[in-house]
Amino acid sequence: MSSTLSLREDLRLIADWVAPDSRVLDLGCGDGALLAWLARHKSVRGYGVDLDVANVVRCVENGVNAVQGNLETGLAEFNDLRFDHVVLSQTIQAMHNTEQILLEMLRVGREAIVTFPNFGFWENRLQILQGHMPVSETIPYQWYNTPNIHWCMLGDFEALCAKNGISVLERVVMNEGRRVHLFPNLRGSLAFYRVARR
Amino acid sequence: MPMSDNQQSVGIVAAQTAVFDTPLTLASGTVLSSYELRYETYGTLNARASNAILICHALSGHHHVAGRYHADDKAPGWWDNMVGPGKPIDTNRFFVVGVNNLGGCHGSTGPSSINPDTGKPWGSAFPVVTVPDWVNAQARLAERLGIRRWAAVIGGSLGGMQAMQWSIDYPERLAHALVIASAPKLSAQNIAFNDVARQAIITDPDFHGGDFYAVEAIPRRGLRLARMLGHITYLSDDGMGEKFGRMLRSGEYQFGYEVEFEIESYLRYQGDKFSDYFDANTYLLMTKALDYFDPARDFDDDLAVALRQASARFMVASFTSDWRFAPDRSQEIVKALVEADRDVVYAEIESVHGHDAFLMTDQPYVDLMRAYLKRVAEEVGA
Repeated sequence: MSSTLSLREDLRLIADWVAPDSRVLDLGCGDGALLAWLARHKSVRGYGVDLDVANVVRCVENGVNAVQGNLETGLAEFNDLRFDHVVLSQTIQAMHNTEQILLEMLRVGREAIVTFPNFGFWENRLQILQGHMPVSETIPYQWYNTPNIHWCMLGDFEALCAKNGISVLERVVMNEGRRVHLFPNLRGSLAFYRVARR
Repeated sequence: MPMSDNQQSVGIVAAQTAVFDTPLTLASGTVLSSYELRYETYGTLNARASNAILICHALSGHHHVAGRYHADDKAPGWWDNMVGPGKPIDTNRFFVVGVNNLGGCHGSTGPSSINPDTGKPWGSAFPVVTVPDWVNAQARLAERLGIRRWAAVIGGSLGGMQAMQWSIDYPERLAHALVIASAPKLSAQNIAFNDVARQAIITDPDFHGGDFYAVEAIPRRGLRLARMLGHITYLSDDGMGEKFGRMLRSGEYQFGYEVEFEIESYLRYQGDKFSDYFDANTYLLMTKALDYFDPARDFDDDLAVALRQASARFMVASFTSDWRFAPDRSQEIVKALVEADRDVVYAEIESVHGHDAFLMTDQPYVDLMRAYLKRVAEEVGA
């Protein structure tokens, strides 16, 4: 499997945040690339959750535990604080029950890692100024066929955390594989958060 | 079931009998001093005996899992679409064992067998057996066949319960448990259906308290009703609607009580066929084994604690239209496995086939089985 050799850039950053020998729940796990890498390089015990049975089959092929399930209905299969890290990668903007999944993640896990495309990225703003909804590498959809229904910028996500008594432990903002330190909400296309209950 | 070109049958097969003279103490406390198990095998056991798979059957199943006894047999074994060369349970790689459980009516010792103490059929004297009893008997068969550790124990419905029980009772003796369309225990509704089926049999005047063999009677009406009721629970409302709808055999209402709707015809046919070959006492016993199954009971009713005994890795699968053992019931197993820190893959397969879907070939189900068993084969060097 190629993904055990080279992990996608954004998943690599998430992997860096995961402690060795920890327990990880990966929501929207796809083919299980992150969990396979973590098992191999950090001896992590993990489970993936995915809505699509085809992805569960791909996880089997990659030797990853996977549970078919719908994140919109919560994480009923998992008891409180079963995990050290719960990962939701570039999915929160496509969810109906955005606030609920964040709370569920911190019910079943000590820490949550959430990543999403930053709507405040300057290219998006420019396209809006030009009279169109943004389409880009991180947002590759037209307005009429996008699964993304809950857009937010860095400040919006942080406000949602604050409202729910969740603190931001770490934040990284990236663009084209590079970390953005200056004016992140303008220059960053992808946001990474590590959050926990206060 | 149509087969694609690269998938073949295991061909002509023959059943074998293993005789056991070491007494087996059952959960009820009764001791079976000796017994026979009827079984079939497909494929070849490798030198390390690491490639063996046990197939556990459900309520009306048996050891004839794949292939045909004679070239002109109408139907092959009951899981021929899953077991064979190039099929998901690939007999080119695995040594597959099918066994008729104790109390069965397909050659293993059961109520219709001769009780050596009396020289007559056991009938009502045959002890009630449980899922753990079956697993104990299967474990002895494994020893007889030189299998110290199964690569996988696989079963659907009641068969899945045996796979679960294996993982708890003999953790070191299986690498994988595949639990399909199953449940961690029966619900009150499940037990209720079973009891209606039992009452249909027991109240049949031809049942004779279970000793109908002596008078050469068969409680056909009871068995037929039990099977008709069972069949309703195996199909989904949608699946039944799709297949039969309100179709009338003659196209017109007859204003009487003869067979009119196609669904009536189908159920009666299934009931008749079943009552021709299945033993009434075995039916009672199988439904009782289902009712009693509850592995958490020995562990303070905590399924996670029960499954913490296991060291196998699990595949759990359910089917969306199965209301006999609905996906919720499989999720209970998955939740307990995660709580117990066990490896598990769980899929909820989209299907209109209801509980029977575990015997069908919905594509995602076949894909999942194929992918999972390929991993198993690689892992055990099959």
